[in-house]
Amino acid sequence: MDKTNTIISVRNLVKNYADFEAVKGISFDVYENEIFGLLGPNGAGKTTTLEIIETLRDKTSGEITVNGFSVDKDSNEIKRIIGVQLQAAGYYPNLNLVELMELFAGLYGVAIKPMEMLEKVNLQDKAKAKYKALSGGQKQRFSIATTLLNSPKIIFLDEPTTGLDPQARRNLWDLIVDIRNNGTTVVLTTHYMDEAEQLCDRVAFVESGKIIALDTPDNLIDQLLGRGFERKKEVKKANLEDVFINLTGQAWRED
Amino acid sequence: MNKPYNHTKATLALAKASFRSITRSPSAVVFTLAFPLIFILVFGFLGGGGVKLDLAVSPASDLHNPVIIALEHIPVINLIKDKSTTDIQQRLEKGSIAGVIEVHQNKAEGPAFLADVKYTSAAMDKGNILKSILNNLMYTLNTKDLKPSVAELKESTVHGRTYRTIDFILPGQLGFSLLSTGVFGTAFVFFSLRQTLVIKRFFATPVKRSSIILGEGLARIGFALIGALFIILIGHFLFHFTLIHGVATVLNMLVLSTIGVIVFMGFGFVVSGIAKSESTIPPISNIITLPQFLLSGTFFSIENFPSWLQPISRALPLTYLNDAMRQVAFEGAGLWDVKQQILIMVIWGIGIYAVAVKVFKWE
Repeated sequence: MDKTNTIISVRNLVKNYADFEAVKGISFDVYENEIFGLLGPNGAGKTTTLEIIETLRDKTSGEITVNGFSVDKDSNEIKRIIGVQLQAAGYYPNLNLVELMELFAGLYGVAIKPMEMLEKVNLQDKAKAKYKALSGGQKQRFSIATTLLNSPKIIFLDEPTTGLDPQARRNLWDLIVDIRNNGTTVVLTTHYMDEAEQLCDRVAFVESGKIIALDTPDNLIDQLLGRGFERKKEVKKANLEDVFINLTGQAWRED
Repeated sequence: MNKPYNHTKATLALAKASFRSITRSPSAVVFTLAFPLIFILVFGFLGGGGVKLDLAVSPASDLHNPVIIALEHIPVINLIKDKSTTDIQQRLEKGSIAGVIEVHQNKAEGPAFLADVKYTSAAMDKGNILKSILNNLMYTLNTKDLKPSVAELKESTVHGRTYRTIDFILPGQLGFSLLSTGVFGTAFVFFSLRQTLVIKRFFATPVKRSSIILGEGLARIGFALIGALFIILIGHFLFHFTLIHGVATVLNMLVLSTIGVIVFMGFGFVVSGIAKSESTIPPISNIITLPQFLLSGTFFSIENFPSWLQPISRALPLTYLNDAMRQVAFEGAGLWDVKQQILIMVIWGIGIYAVAVKVFKWE
């Protein structure tokens, strides 16, 4: 993997709302074909940063380019090469999944076969179901399918696994890794550290609108250990989640 | 990738999605079709009879005489027999019958029969009609074999188009259907698309804002016109709603419907912009639709309203839509003949869209 190819560049990004500063001068790069994680507590500015890169929100100041396009001048070009999954987004009411896929194909101006897209996220059995009738994991998988319609270079996933049970989470991790292996860069936010450690090539910690650390999960852990950190208790080779997964099975499950 | 983005395709994809969604939404179908059709059914069966007078026959009356036989043949009069004197008395006092008649043979000199008629002050209007019918009847019976000495009345009726209740009610219901589709439908859809972040997700695609509005508008106009066509056809084939020039009249009515629903959608955009929550949409929409529903000549001609109310009626856009519809359907007016009504609707449209642009919210 060539890690030197920058596909997203963020320089000194600032976003002020009427009464507070949400983002206070963030800079980072995302490399082509990596899974990049923005980590941090709720309200740290992760979603705001993501939405500015996605051209959904105006910035106060700073420079951002996505695949060489500036968010100020080429927002429409950017929209054509990215896929966006919003936190808690809904879909057009009263339509089934195939019809929603047809709608998004029209919105992106691409010709796709809805069933093939649904197969990619293992929802072919739910083709005639309404979005509202899906389980949490199925909803997220469907959301991700809508981000893949235009064969994007980059997809943005905002807390894709929040509220999912352990199986659904792991299914989604597999799906995200597959998408990356097919050549798409993935930028995601999460506040689950185990998820970031498993999934992300590099992570940035965001706290009160600033990046306080940015590196690979491995390096960040090594740096902490290098500063003499020790866990209070020696950790066992497995944890309770491993037990749960082992007992209930990890296969695709209609949760 | 390098293919230019097609805005028309995006707009049509949205229109198709929206149309599918509308046809599956129970409230849209109820407001656009069910309510207007129920009103049309009710008024369609009620109307058409003209005036009917209930005339009781006293139990003491002779039933086999020329007077009663002639009365039985007058279509306006409905003879009520076999009622007791007290029952008749009560009905007279309530005014539910126009009068009571008692005919008996004259034992003395003079005419062969005597007819006693009692009217009631509780139904003077009907009583007066009854009085003139009876006078006319007596005159005809008494002069059967006589040549008139002064003047003879020659009566004839011009055969005009029958103006049925449906001819008044249907255009009003059509207007109501367009009003509720335009206002309620648009307000709810844009509010909920905004609340559930559907629009935000759209913004993450290359679609233009104008395509979203246009696509949504096309779907709603399409649905409203299908509804209008359905109402017109049911009215025409089931209740003899008058369509003077046939298909041409229907097309003219659909053009008026389009103008109407576009104007009313403007109100919907305004409501979706000013509503703070889903539950405030119905009251705000009702403030816009109910006065028009009642004051725009949907059920009653506005000429019957008190004079202080009429200027208000004449300020409402639905009044002009109803008026234009009736002229086109019954009087066979062309669109150019109702240009004044169209102009007033267009002025309303410009005004309301100017407000909509100010208050409409995307997120």
